[in-house]
Amino acid sequence: MGGFENFLFSFFNLKVMATYLPLIAQGLGLTIVLALLIVVSGLALGLGLAMLRACGIRPLNWLIIFTVDLFRALPPLVIIVLLFFGLPAMGLGMSSFAATWLSLTLVLMAFAEEIYWAGITAVPKGQWEAARSTGLGFFQTLRLVVLPQALRITIPPLTNRTIAITKGTALGSVVGVAEILGASQSAMSFSANPSPLTLGAIAYLVLFIPVVALGRWVETRFAWKR
Amino acid sequence: MTSPAPSPSRGAPAPGLGRPIVDARGLWKRYGPLAVLKGVDLSVAERELVFIIGPSGSGKSTLLRCLNRLEEPDDGSIHVDGIELLSPRTDINAARRRIGMVFQSFNLYPHMTARQNVMLALRKVLRQDRAQAEAVAARALERVGLAERMDHFPAQLSGGQQQRVAIARAIALEPRVMLFDEPTSALDPELVGGVLNVMRELRQDGMTMVVVSHEMAFARAAADRVVFMADGEKLEEGPPAQIFGEPRHERTRAFIRQIDRH
Repeated sequence: MGGFENFLFSFFNLKVMATYLPLIAQGLGLTIVLALLIVVSGLALGLGLAMLRACGIRPLNWLIIFTVDLFRALPPLVIIVLLFFGLPAMGLGMSSFAATWLSLTLVLMAFAEEIYWAGITAVPKGQWEAARSTGLGFFQTLRLVVLPQALRITIPPLTNRTIAITKGTALGSVVGVAEILGASQSAMSFSANPSPLTLGAIAYLVLFIPVVALGRWVETRFAWKR
Repeated sequence: MTSPAPSPSRGAPAPGLGRPIVDARGLWKRYGPLAVLKGVDLSVAERELVFIIGPSGSGKSTLLRCLNRLEEPDDGSIHVDGIELLSPRTDINAARRRIGMVFQSFNLYPHMTARQNVMLALRKVLRQDRAQAEAVAARALERVGLAERMDHFPAQLSGGQQQRVAIARAIALEPRVMLFDEPTSALDPELVGGVLNVMRELRQDGMTMVVVSHEMAFARAAADRVVFMADGEKLEEGPPAQIFGEPRHERTRAFIRQIDRH
């Protein structure tokens, strides 16, 4: 066999690919479910923390900043491994799926909080003053005047962070989540051929190219005339 | 509500006007070691137009911003329409409905059209239904001459038009008093007139107004009383003819000479 044929046999082995396509399709489904859960819970928690921080209660804000810095500093894989292997030692076992979900949610929460917070502080103080001077309360002002402006400027960095963190679902393979990479690795072992990895890569492209395009669309959709 | 009736001796409104709408006594405001307001009194009668002038850093904007508690005074009392603003029992949001404010930088909500800017507080503070709020907003925008621009976003309006929308946003709530914080300072000269015209009409309709501004010609023509402030104190006050014509205080004289040169 020549080098190129060798390469084709290893990475584009159609027979192997056909055999393991269902397994990797399942992995794709699991990745989508996991990613959606992480994105929804991470972005919601991040927004909640940023809104709490906007209240300006100092001890609470120290706690928020500490938590956020902690989860931004730790590598996501370390958190996953700690939760999956560490918590059972404390009698708090969780499934590999739950450990991955929770870990990446906390990381996305931390980054998203910082992004939302930057957006909130970027809204001029005059906007607060104008709204409050008409009798709107703090939370009304935050929700109706400040957040709509803050969210628009946070969409590009949030999109980036969201894409990055959902790609982190591949880390779940380390603790045995059968998402795309996990399924591809199993298939690779069963078949003694790395072609399933190619399938996995294609599955990631199928999943993320639309996400990236959606992010672009959202950015233009929510830009307003300046 | 529990404080004594305003004494006529301090910060007295011009004679012949109604009861005081704004009655601020002994206002102190400090930023660290710097005292920006040093026990200032200000009383404004119903339908009165009071102009506050003075060099920058004199505390005039701070005084104005205390009158709706955007700035929290360290000491003193403020009654607006009989409500003690600084009392912890006062619902400040309810009180602010009665106090309209217009800012130097307009501060329109950029994500809302002119009409939506005016409607927001009507809907969320006065709890009007959509149809009613739309009608009230349309009337307010008509009053400032912007009926044709209701569905424009702030960025599609000139500075003068934006400021008139901001005035409409405030008057739509039917405040008892309007506070103007340098309303024309951010405008190109040719746009100032439109805003001053709207203010003149408000005055003719009997609106009580407190204006911090450098528009001396407007003060001369329209103000009932001019207050001159310097270094956090009210140095003198009186009818415009007196303040501009024969100021008693040397600092007032120097300030007016300097302004008139422009």
